[in-house]
Amino acid sequence: MSRGGDMSTVQVTAGVPMLQVTDVWKAFGNESVLRGISLDVRRHEVVVLIGASGSGKSTLLRCINGLEAVDAGTILLDGEIDVTAFKADLDKVRRRVGIVFQSYNLFPHLTVLDNVTLGPRKVLRESASSTQDRARALLARFGLLEKAGDYPDRLSGGQQQRVAIVRALAMSPEILLFDEITSALDPLLVGEVLDAVRELKSEGLTILMATHEMSFARDVADRVCFLNRGVVCEEGPPQQVLGAPREEATRAFLAHLLG
Amino acid sequence: MTEAETAAARAGSTPYVDPARVRYRKRHAVRSAAIGILSLLVTTAIVVAVVVRTPGWPAVQETFFNPEEFAASFPELVEAFWLNIRIFLIAEPLILIVGLSVALVRRLRNPLFLPLRLLATVYVDVFRGVPTLLVILLLGFGVPALDLQGAPDDVLVWGIVALVLSYGAYVAEVFRAGIDSVHPSQRMAARSLGLSEWQTNRYVVLPQAVRNVTPPLLNDFISLQKDTALVSVLGPIEVLRQAQIDASFNFNYTPYVAAACLFIALTIPMTRFADWLQARQRRQRGAGT
Ligand SMILES: Nc1ncnc2c1ncn2[C@@H]1O[C@H](COP(=O)(O)OP(=O)(O)OP(=O)(O)O)[C@@H](O)[C@H]1O
Ligand SMILES: [Mg+2]
Repeated sequence: MSRGGDMSTVQVTAGVPMLQVTDVWKAFGNESVLRGISLDVRRHEVVVLIGASGSGKSTLLRCINGLEAVDAGTILLDGEIDVTAFKADLDKVRRRVGIVFQSYNLFPHLTVLDNVTLGPRKVLRESASSTQDRARALLARFGLLEKAGDYPDRLSGGQQQRVAIVRALAMSPEILLFDEITSALDPLLVGEVLDAVRELKSEGLTILMATHEMSFARDVADRVCFLNRGVVCEEGPPQQVLGAPREEATRAFLAHLLG
Repeated sequence: MTEAETAAARAGSTPYVDPARVRYRKRHAVRSAAIGILSLLVTTAIVVAVVVRTPGWPAVQETFFNPEEFAASFPELVEAFWLNIRIFLIAEPLILIVGLSVALVRRLRNPLFLPLRLLATVYVDVFRGVPTLLVILLLGFGVPALDLQGAPDDVLVWGIVALVLSYGAYVAEVFRAGIDSVHPSQRMAARSLGLSEWQTNRYVVLPQAVRNVTPPLLNDFISLQKDTALVSVLGPIEVLRQAQIDASFNFNYTPYVAAACLFIALTIPMTRFADWLQARQRRQRGAGT
């Protein structure tokens, strides 16, 4: 499976974080959602965002993908592309940053295979045959090969979400953003999607994900960031943030989660 | 069912239905069909008997359903109807092009295109408000009267242009509603893959929009088939004009009925096609939606 950036760029940019969010502000009307948030994600790192509903996790992920314009601050990709520049080439950013949403958002008029190949064919301008081969290989890896010719609404939620992951993956992104990709799923189907994420981690992909699955975060995350009042309130290895939180707000959030 | 058969059915992946149940279902289907046909025949017989017995019936039949008149006028009417079909076949694709273009122009965000957007809005407002017949009269008689250099003076051309302009405004609104019916998250998902605004429209939004509006579009086209008769006010001998000529010739209205039959013969297959298309879409989308 190919990963964004060949060996030479890995070496040249070693040490520079894959993603550098610095002092980002974002408000909707009078509601200030991000209040000077800063966050780094290093190459091959899996970072998990946790926080109360409405704390701005989705907003942050959308800003990183350029789907939402920030009010202030900078977001640097690979130390070279500024997503927040006034004239940023957002199509270029999105080619390198994959995002998967809670509600899958597959294209209902296209088959699973066409969903996966649309980006590579139209954006990366790869040939139809090479994208199809690659798409099939990816689908096979996630146990979806026999669904290649089906339309999305024939698939279960878990299968649809795995197709959405494959669709993002087919663009060979350098970093993947997951926005609560399991929260619309039947509890029985959550496992298969999380297994897919584990697989991606084992391949060394760089992942930033918002989730409410604390046990999964503990298991897979290299680092957990707790968002509160528009900033990262506490961050660190999962054992520390989830097991022995230093901040009062983190403790309150975790206590609330456990009921 | 023998033990061996049961075992075979269990081993394979083909569905198994109890033969007794199969026979029952078949009998049931046959009986339903028979009852339906019988009920239809009886009802028709009663209606016909009642109608034929009404005192006014002979006069009605003589004036509207005269077999000789029907046979005499029919060949000419069919020939004239061919003109209606041609008007329709020329106008329909042009209407689709105008409608889709106008709908797309109205969505352009670039401030450079503001004049174009305004023009499209004014066009839709004006042509949706003015009766089609009035547009046909205005263009069909008005434009040739101007004696413009290079402008065709065939009234038929202007009749078609009038139909296209009038229906284009409707169809533009249908397309616009179709585009709006595609959920914004689809656009977001497409953009997040790096597709440009144009590619997003072309590959993600429009295919879904067109699919959503195919039934209402077909409806508009059925309506257009009928409205080709409006062009008769300009003089071309299409089916309505021909029927008018035949009817005034011997004060019998059967030719009108014959013309009506021709229109119905054309719209019924179209209506069934629209139904079939809609049903197929429902099936494709699965039972859930
Ligand atoms: N497009 C928008 N317009 C207006 N307000 C918005 C918009 N998007 C988000 N918000 C507001 O911003 C706040 C943060 O929303 P966001 O979706 O980022 O939270 P979240 O942390 O992802 O929450 P959840 O865990 O429920 O997904 C919310 O109060 C929400 O109402
Ligand atoms: Mg969210």
